[in-house]
Amino acid sequence: MSKTRVILVGNGPVGHKFLESIIESGKSSEYEMTVFGEEPRAAYDRVQLTKWFETRDAKDLNMVDEGFYESNSITSYLSDKICKIDRMRKIVISASGLEVPYDKLILATGSFPFVPPVPGHDRDNCFVYRTIEDLEAITAAAEKSTIGAVVGGGLLGLEAAKALMDLGLKTHVVEFAPRLMAVQVDEGGGEILRAKIEELGVGVHTEKNTRNIGDGDTCFHKMSFADGSELETDILVFSAGIRPQDALARECGIGIGARGGISINNHCLTSDEDVYAIGECALWSNRIYGLIAPGNEMARVAAEHITGKGELEFDGYDMSTKLKLMGVDVASIGDAHGNTPDSKAYTFIDEPNEIYKKIVVSGDGKQLLGSVLIGDADDYSNLLQITLNNIELPEHPDSLILPGYAGGGSALGVDALPETAMICSCNNVTKGDLVCAVQDGAQTVAELKSCTKAATTCGGCTALVGQVLNAELEKLGVEVNTDICEHFPYTRQDIYNLVRVGQIKSFEELLEKHGTGQGCEICKPLAGSVLASCWNDYILEDQHTQLQDTNDRFLANMQKDGSYSIVPRMPGGEVTADGLIAVGQVAKKYNLYTKITGGQRVDLFGAQQHQLPQIWQELIAAGFESGHAYGKSLRTVKSCVGSSWCRYGVQDSIGKAIDIENRYKGLRSPHKLKMAVSGCTRECAEAQSKDVGIIATEHGWNMYVCGNGGMKPRHADLFASDLDDETLQKYIDRFFMFYIRSADRLQRTATWMDNLEGGLKYLQDVIINDSLGICEDLEAQMQQVIDSYQCEWKTTVEDPEKTKRFRTFVNSEQGDNNVVFVAEREQIRPATENEKSELIAKSA
Amino acid sequence: MSWETICKLDDIAPNTGAAALVNGVQIAIFRAGEQLYAISNHCPFSGANVLARGILADINGDICVASPLYKQHFSLLTGQCHEDESVKVDCYEVRLKGKEIELQTSELKAA
Ligand code: SRM
Ligand SMILES: Cc1cc2nc3c(=O)[nH]c(=O)nc-3n(C[C@H](O)[C@H](O)[C@H](O)COP(=O)(O)OP(=O)(O)OC[C@H]3O[C@@H](n4cnc5c(N)ncnc54)[C@H](O)[C@@H]3O)c2cc1C
Ligand code: SF4
Ligand code: FES
Repeated sequence: MSKTRVILVGNGPVGHKFLESIIESGKSSEYEMTVFGEEPRAAYDRVQLTKWFETRDAKDLNMVDEGFYESNSITSYLSDKICKIDRMRKIVISASGLEVPYDKLILATGSFPFVPPVPGHDRDNCFVYRTIEDLEAITAAAEKSTIGAVVGGGLLGLEAAKALMDLGLKTHVVEFAPRLMAVQVDEGGGEILRAKIEELGVGVHTEKNTRNIGDGDTCFHKMSFADGSELETDILVFSAGIRPQDALARECGIGIGARGGISINNHCLTSDEDVYAIGECALWSNRIYGLIAPGNEMARVAAEHITGKGELEFDGYDMSTKLKLMGVDVASIGDAHGNTPDSKAYTFIDEPNEIYKKIVVSGDGKQLLGSVLIGDADDYSNLLQITLNNIELPEHPDSLILPGYAGGGSALGVDALPETAMICSCNNVTKGDLVCAVQDGAQTVAELKSCTKAATTCGGCTALVGQVLNAELEKLGVEVNTDICEHFPYTRQDIYNLVRVGQIKSFEELLEKHGTGQGCEICKPLAGSVLASCWNDYILEDQHTQLQDTNDRFLANMQKDGSYSIVPRMPGGEVTADGLIAVGQVAKKYNLYTKITGGQRVDLFGAQQHQLPQIWQELIAAGFESGHAYGKSLRTVKSCVGSSWCRYGVQDSIGKAIDIENRYKGLRSPHKLKMAVSGCTRECAEAQSKDVGIIATEHGWNMYVCGNGGMKPRHADLFASDLDDETLQKYIDRFFMFYIRSADRLQRTATWMDNLEGGLKYLQDVIINDSLGICEDLEAQMQQVIDSYQCEWKTTVEDPEKTKRFRTFVNSEQGDNNVVFVAEREQIRPATENEKSELIAKSA
Repeated sequence: MSWETICKLDDIAPNTGAAALVNGVQIAIFRAGEQLYAISNHCPFSGANVLARGILADINGDICVASPLYKQHFSLLTGQCHEDESVKVDCYEVRLKGKEIELQTSELKAA
């Protein structure tokens, strides 16, 4: 049987979703697939377009896995536009002259920005905001400019304005309508939004009808408005709406809507039964959907219609949105304007805090029809679920938006939701999907994220995902018990607060005031770590010794035979020849196995407990300090050679790594902390796999957070860009202290963030914008820890009472004769049980 | 009955243990609050002599040590392992005489 030839026109996000859906059907071998894209690169994430500014690297937006086309036998043409469809011969013709026949044709040509035909709209320094090339051009022009203006105060316009602001331009937004975001937001909401955006220093000009764009007096352009006023600007970005890219279909006679858009039915078929249209070029029931989620749904429907039985149908999509625009929470649900006959509205306005909330309810007060939230959109998921699932409203619907102290905050229990309720619309995950995943064993939000993909795109559904999780766990009888152990009915965060606020200095005191029993191997090390993070006492003080985990107790890592390994600190991985020789001499003298660790330093294995103080005495004399390889504390800060040696380095990454390692050494935390500094984007220090990674840029440092190697590797997220030394240090101080305050026991930063409601954005808010007002406190606390640093090994070897505790036996100078080594590759290693018995037999 | 002096009370930090070598046998002696306990220092799971270096834990009222390597609990009163019924380590009698810790050595056989 010959293969069905499928041609996809348009390699955008929706087109790509179509290809993925065909492959997911498992039947892709029955199809010969070809994709044409007009842009010079394969599909990239247009929704995240603005993120391009963070790294200015198109690769970071790429949506197509390496080898995707090859391994799925898809033929792909880039930079080649289809300019004609010949429906008689069933071929498409490309700009480069290719003629390719199809059996099924999919149009996913998207839309283009509408530029109002004002005289002067085609002058130099006039741009649109749609492709990576647009952003490149805007960036280049911004370098020579001081003022920028965006025409259009809708969603995309405000996003473009934010970009201009971030490029360092004095920014204006010019809007034809009387308010910003007129589609989503009503008048009251528009006012609050305006105030918030003006506070950021952006000029907002509403009810401005641009009549002409000409030469400026002080700037490159002068905009003249119908009301006689003028505005001068160097750059202009048009963001006045989008228009469906329907020319191809129109020219070959496929049905088009009166105001544009390729008409489709519920299977995404156009008027030609072999031609589909999906995404922003498609018109369904007289609507164009300018969002990604409905586009993806269309892609799934069209793919299923081709490969399956045509059971899936597209039957409209909810256009509710929640976003953070220029740092302002904005949300709009359903009938936000109260257009439904007889509908009634409730409004809550908090002027001092610039919060606006409105709900629109049906005439009988039973149904929620729509809502607008500005300044505080925490109620979004709750309200959206009530609207979408037609849940009957409480007697006083206003309680849904009133603050808690005014009798509000009556969130709806997730139990009220039907299984079909859409929880994560970005990824098409229903409550039923989540429930199944929990029944299959998922127990944390992080696990739900990785197995269902819920909450991995915009993150707006995270709170709800957490609620479904907890409700389900409870139903399964899994006790959601967050107590750390039988001795303390508290979480680690609670213990931290109790210790800090109550100025508790010892475990006994903590147990007496807040616990029961005598403690165990869970709560003791936890208390030890929290006490150390708070007060940073020497951990082998008598009252603390009992708390230390195995390795902390003897300041070394216990190996499987009870012997220890020793890791001297080598900040940044830098070590002098003399230092190396000294380490070598110690290793030789005590016959230790030596190895370079994965953390750029040297590990010495095979020491017995009683040898540790002697060995450290010698290491300290040679200038070394404890490497804390045994602690839940800062391990290493890896570095690359950076600008001192490397031809690509743009900053001194070694110097930075050493400074940082010296700053945070000895800091005790819920789990170990790892860092790295790379001297340029080639990233030789692998900073993006660390809890905090730093990568040099031409203008400073990019800071990445919450990376993890280990069992579940996770790439770090870009946290802030182009920081100077001082800001970088401040952010790291705050980040670490906030983690220490709020993480669970043995929770690495990656899982900590994945379980934080709001994730990265929330962290940025707390640490960069000081949204909790605690940054000063966090910094002061960090300073206190840094000021009280001591090398634990130095303190130990200087105190004979302490070194006595390292004797292998309290009543003998002997060592443990069960620790036996054999030679391998010219070094020692622990003998196996068989080898041990052989050795004993021989010596007998 | 023969009691042998092992060390001073102060040689063991409060609420921790220490190993002693008595007639070639390795014994883990623990100082839990006011109480003293002694069990074998040998961890049957790892085969290493490490129990004295574990953390003391109160598991539902039973005072135990958690092995430092793989964290199984051993009752200090009976030597019984909490995680595996078939595993039990030896227990010894130990007492405080003045400021010194003494161990009952009559049952100890040289290893
Ligand atoms: C020595 C070393 C391996 C080596 O020979 O290179 C090592 C050895 C151990 N690692 Fe590691 N890890 C070593 C680098 C790493 C790295 C690589 C790195 O840091 O660049 C990773 C992955 C990066 C990461 O942590 O995200 C790594 C991920 C782990 C994990 C998994 C952590 C996770 O989040 O999943 C554990 C288990 C744990 O901590 O719970 C672990 C635990 C351990 C322990 C402590 C296991 C134990 O409890 O005995 C080993 C102690 C050995 C010792 O006695 O010193 N080690 N370990 C490396 C010491 C680096 C240093 O200089 O301090
Ligand atoms: C700055 C910005 C922010 C956004 N933010 C959000 C958001 O937060 N949430 C959200 O849901 N949506 C957002 N969107 C909208 C979202 O990006 C679109 O809904 C989505 O890109 C539509 O995908 P598509 O594949 O249908 O069209 P497109 O992304 O436009 O892709 C169509 C592709 O087809 C190519 N093409 C067109 N004609 C031809 C031809 N004849 N031959 C070959 N190739 C052709 C085009 O060059 C283009 O590459 C945003 C858009 C922008 C620009
Ligand atoms: S990260 Fe850059 S500066 Fe550092 S070694 Fe690699 S290429 Fe050189
Ligand atoms: S709704 Fe966007 S990630 Fe779930």
